[in-house]
Amino acid sequence: METVKLKGGSPVYDKVFKIASAIAATYILAIIVLIVFQLSSGSYLIWAHEGISFLTGSDWNAVEGSESYGAAPYITGTFVTAGLAMIIGVPISIGIAMFLSELAPKFLRSALSFVIELLAAVPSVIYGLWGMFVFRDYLRDWIETPLNNAFGNNVWFFSGTPFGLDIFTASVVLAIMIIPTIASISREIMIAVPNSQREAAYMLGATKWEVFKMAVIPYSKSGLVGASILGLGRAVGETMAVTMLIGNATGPQAFPTSLFGPGQTMSSIIANEFAEASQGSLHMAALIGVGLILFIVAIAINIVAQLLVSRVIKAHQGAVLA
Amino acid sequence: MITIEQRAEFRKHFRNNIQSRLVTDRIIKGIVFGCVALAIIPLGSILLEVIRNGAPVLSIDFLTQPPGAVGSDQPGGIGPAIQGTLLLIGMSSLVGVPIGVLGGIFLSEYGNNRFGHAIRFFNDVLAEFPTIVIGLFAFVVIVLTLGYFSIIAGMFALSIIMLPIITRTTEESLKLVPVTYREAGYALGIKRWTVIFRILLTSAKSGLITGIMLSVARIGGETAPLIFTILGSSDFFTGFDQPMDALPLRIWRLSLLPYDTATAQGWGAALILILIVLSLNIGMRYLFLRKRGGGGRFRITTGG
Amino acid sequence: METLTKTPISYKSAEEPRYKLIAENIVATYNGIEAVKNVSMKFRERAVTALIGPSGCGKTTFLRCLNRMHELSKGAKVVGKVLLDGQDLYSSREDAIIHRRKIGMVFQKPNPFPTMSIYDNVAAGLKLNGVRDKKIIDQIVQGCLEMVYLWDEVKHDLKKPGMSLSGGQQQRLCIARALAIQPEVLLMDEPASALDPIATQKIEEMINELKKEYTIIIVTHNMQQAVRISDYTGFMYLGDLVEFGETKQIFENPRNEITAKYVQGQFG
Repeated sequence: METVKLKGGSPVYDKVFKIASAIAATYILAIIVLIVFQLSSGSYLIWAHEGISFLTGSDWNAVEGSESYGAAPYITGTFVTAGLAMIIGVPISIGIAMFLSELAPKFLRSALSFVIELLAAVPSVIYGLWGMFVFRDYLRDWIETPLNNAFGNNVWFFSGTPFGLDIFTASVVLAIMIIPTIASISREIMIAVPNSQREAAYMLGATKWEVFKMAVIPYSKSGLVGASILGLGRAVGETMAVTMLIGNATGPQAFPTSLFGPGQTMSSIIANEFAEASQGSLHMAALIGVGLILFIVAIAINIVAQLLVSRVIKAHQGAVLA
Repeated sequence: MITIEQRAEFRKHFRNNIQSRLVTDRIIKGIVFGCVALAIIPLGSILLEVIRNGAPVLSIDFLTQPPGAVGSDQPGGIGPAIQGTLLLIGMSSLVGVPIGVLGGIFLSEYGNNRFGHAIRFFNDVLAEFPTIVIGLFAFVVIVLTLGYFSIIAGMFALSIIMLPIITRTTEESLKLVPVTYREAGYALGIKRWTVIFRILLTSAKSGLITGIMLSVARIGGETAPLIFTILGSSDFFTGFDQPMDALPLRIWRLSLLPYDTATAQGWGAALILILIVLSLNIGMRYLFLRKRGGGGRFRITTGG
Repeated sequence: METLTKTPISYKSAEEPRYKLIAENIVATYNGIEAVKNVSMKFRERAVTALIGPSGCGKTTFLRCLNRMHELSKGAKVVGKVLLDGQDLYSSREDAIIHRRKIGMVFQKPNPFPTMSIYDNVAAGLKLNGVRDKKIIDQIVQGCLEMVYLWDEVKHDLKKPGMSLSGGQQQRLCIARALAIQPEVLLMDEPASALDPIATQKIEEMINELKKEYTIIIVTHNMQQAVRISDYTGFMYLGDLVEFGETKQIFENPRNEITAKYVQGQFG
């Protein structure tokens, strides 16, 4: 008779394995803590030099002897571009999500979802390239110049001759980049609304749009907000496309004065000036300091977003396609 | 009790608004179609322009030669950038994949407690994080400590970026494996870690591969972290302690040069990069759609 | 069961019957598969008609054809006529939403709108139809809540969320919501199957009252319930209407062999 020997593995390995996987899992937490620590120490010089006014100041003077740095214009720039991207991107994303969940016939559904995924997959630097050499000309000629001609003298944020590399262009491209994120999560959330809710609305004689307004939106409101905040998180952290399109202003001029004027965000100033700052200098410390501020802003936004959408995000980004 | 007569009375208060409601419905549908178009058009334009501007530049020389002198009529190619990207992806995966898979196993098999929830939460928080901050972090930790820009620093940064994705997809894929597989293994007396490795991971294979492909596509296109870590270079790989080039970085640098040849090369490099990233995405979708739910077979090996 | 011999429909011939709703030759399909095979029925006004039959016989599908809800499902199609007071709801070229609001519907599991208060739930259909006069809305809300025996229980706090009510109360809220749009006919799809016996009893009492002014069609798998509350019963099997008649006759003296087997509990 044949005896089959099953080598199951020794119990010691079980313990080792469990510990090893626990360590691997904790790695992430350790990294986050380390980031705070390292960025703080790397930027120590600037906090010692400027103190809290680093957050409110707007100088950007690298001249030896009268060095002074303030991050306020860039913090403002980040929020302005991210905010504009949200104003443009969120409605479009909700519209796309509505199409995918309520209106699209089956074959269109997966095709369109695929297109959205591809949009998300395009690297930021290619968005920047396309924005710089293609899109910006269209924006400048078809939107910026007409708006400037019509309202430039009266409306402050349409003033200034538009060249195309400005806050407006950066914000529009940023909006395009965050649409996939917001749209796909919003779609997940809308699909999760039980059909019994829709039926109740249909029974009352509601049109498709009224069903959406009455049964789907109220049910999914907090999830949609969470999806939008996730988009905001992405917009805040986006670097390359913004860097290539925003026009690279520094110092007090970097405060957003017009949509058609150059600007600067926290991520773009770091990318733009890193090559010029010598290691160990105050300039470098200032850039790392901006990075620390960006870290805190981004992690705060992401935590809020996660709290709102936790379960649904997993289903979406874990490649479990609906 | 509302009688039939009373119902008729009440119905007189109903407005005859059906037509206007239907018109509103149709308008909204139009707006929604418009939103969809607004998403499709940029993608079409990007792909079109990259192909249109990048294809003419492609050649064997372009793919294999190092860049020539800036602005000269020997523009050279992007060979080092392609090599750099491939090296970076490979090395980052060597670090990121094992840690990520182990972390995902932990969350799926041992992580149903408060500690696991905390890890899962912060894993997701770090998932869509500004990569420029990660790059700065790698700069402070690796470059400043070692004293030079190198592929090691780049690898460090990229492995951190790919980690949350792999952890999450591993956990999700393992969760899709039916509990019965685990129970069958334990019932046969097989130890937990063997069950996980031999049985569960094999079943979840396609999900895992999907996750790895996803994260590779992600880090392949990252530029910001590379600025502070590998710095960029015009040479092929010369050592683990030397700066290096990579596709996204080269595209950026080329776009900043005022020469048309540089711009054209930028488009060419973009075409290569998009081909890599998109084929990974398409391949991943195809692979996943074929084996929905992480199928696959497991084998119990007997003997030694 | 071999060949299905359908029993001709019987109606009381003593008085001239008034039919509120007449369904003619309804064929309902899902992706080409027939769920309802050429069924015709007439529903007396101010009466309760029950549809009974084993699972999958098509009774719920047929019910959903009466207010044009069936066509909402993917791949679903309906052919036939449904005449409400002589007007065909399936007359072509008109949007279904025009007709859906003429007939109210209650579903198996209570589904009040969770973000709306009790008041808003009942008033939801009125807002859709453009009723602006707050006094009228108040009147209708109160009237409907009274009809479902909910008014006294909630009148002190109509702003409470609809979901804060018990299961039985939620279902009555849904019935009030359906009644608010002033339909002549009320369709009920196993309205008490998710409720406890006491809540069920309340709903049955309510139906007995409502039938004085409404035409009610109720799908139920509970035969005792059909006996308790319905005046007429239709027995469906495998998509066909096998027998239709007064409830008393169907249950005590079924003329079709399959009907007899079903009401005796020989299959379910």
